[in-house]
Amino acid sequence: MNYAWNWGVLVQPPYLEWLGQGIAMTLAVSIAAGIIALSLGTLIGIFHSSTSGAMRLVTGSYINLFRNVPLLLQMFLWFFVVPELLPKAAGTWLKRELPNPEIITAIVALGLFTASRIAVQVAAGIAAVPGGQSMAARASGLSTVQAYRLVLLPQAFRIVVPPLTSEFLTIFKNSSIALTIGVYELTARTQQIQSFTYQGFEAFTAATVVYMVIALTVTTLMTVIERRVAIPGQSARV
Amino acid sequence: MVEMIRINGLSKSYGDVPVLKNCSLDVARGEVVVICGPSGSGKSTFVKCINGIEPAQAGRIAIDGEDLPSKPAAAARIRARIGMVFQHFELYPHLTVMENICLAQIHVLKRSREEAKAKAHGLLRRVGLTDKEAAYPSQLSGGQQQRIAIVRALAMDPVAMLFDEPTSALDPEMIGEVLAVMLELAREGMTMVVVTHEMGFAKAAADRVVFMDCGEIVEIAETARFFAEPASERARLFLSRILAH
Repeated sequence: MNYAWNWGVLVQPPYLEWLGQGIAMTLAVSIAAGIIALSLGTLIGIFHSSTSGAMRLVTGSYINLFRNVPLLLQMFLWFFVVPELLPKAAGTWLKRELPNPEIITAIVALGLFTASRIAVQVAAGIAAVPGGQSMAARASGLSTVQAYRLVLLPQAFRIVVPPLTSEFLTIFKNSSIALTIGVYELTARTQQIQSFTYQGFEAFTAATVVYMVIALTVTTLMTVIERRVAIPGQSARV
Repeated sequence: MVEMIRINGLSKSYGDVPVLKNCSLDVARGEVVVICGPSGSGKSTFVKCINGIEPAQAGRIAIDGEDLPSKPAAAARIRARIGMVFQHFELYPHLTVMENICLAQIHVLKRSREEAKAKAHGLLRRVGLTDKEAAYPSQLSGGQQQRIAIVRALAMDPVAMLFDEPTSALDPEMIGEVLAVMLELAREGMTMVVVTHEMGFAKAAADRVVFMDCGEIVEIAETARFFAEPASERARLFLSRILAH
């Protein structure tokens, strides 16, 4: 292979700046989508664990819809199709007036998609709390909301920390799909550097390293959280 | 006689399988009633229906003259007045002993933290576990956990206490410490409904014994009479089996 290595491009202007902007955009999209996913997913997971058949039908439909359609297709649907389906004024507003429509769309699409996966995990976590706990809570006069908030969810969340960790990792990796609707996140920026400089190996190596660093940081953070919330006397996952 | 708990015509089934058939029982203020019977006879379900944590399909329950409503929110208020102790303790594993005892006091009775703690301290002293307030349930023995569970229920100043096989999950050497607390409660005049296989406790503390079999209340008798001359053949058979060893 005849390839002229030039690691220097990564620190040259404007490429270093592009990399930085890409990293910032990846972090912003992922964290915003993560906040949507965690709050909406928790809410749907709670309702999905209820005994009401009608409620389970609604939450189950959400989960099936968002979990089973490819994320890439969902991005396209939100970006190209949904504005056309809405009433004309709303569609025009989305296309013309909404600032940075591609970023907002990417955040919403990634957030709603990941929420469906988190909902399943939260519901499973609640189901894993022994049934006697909910009985004890209700027997003491706690309302259903109080029983969830004070007794069931604190235990369920401890159970789902490990699967949530991999969900958070996946959000950062999945955020690269946002490049298909024009978001200049990390992968898009490295592709841009490659096409300007023909130094594709260096650019993509940089992206790889950054994704790895983000993933390892998230894993470390979650391990710290898991240790901190571990219940004394019960063995935590090592 | 003032009735603390009135249960009238309680029936419940899981699909086609009846688990409670037209069960009625009145418990007077200060009375101790022991429910016994073979396993699968519906004792646990019956006692869980008294405070409504198991819904029944038919029947009426009144606590201290007040009907137990079917609406969950309204039922919660009455439930808070009845203490319940479970076979598997059901302490909240993520909370310390003190937090376990204070949770419902603070969130249901709206007591201040200090008030709740003071109440807990007094009760912990009574069961000899003052040194365990900062411990988590999994750091305690079964007998200690069950005594804490009793304290957690008593902290709500209940008008009656329900026990669902409180010693069945305990190692033999720990049964005594739990029964001692229950005996003391009975002597102090607490209204108690106790599902148990501990016939020694029944003899020592119960005013009346209820014998259940196949979802029915077969016999209700004064304790001494129940053990001396049970009226039903099924109760006789049950007693001969469990008192034989």
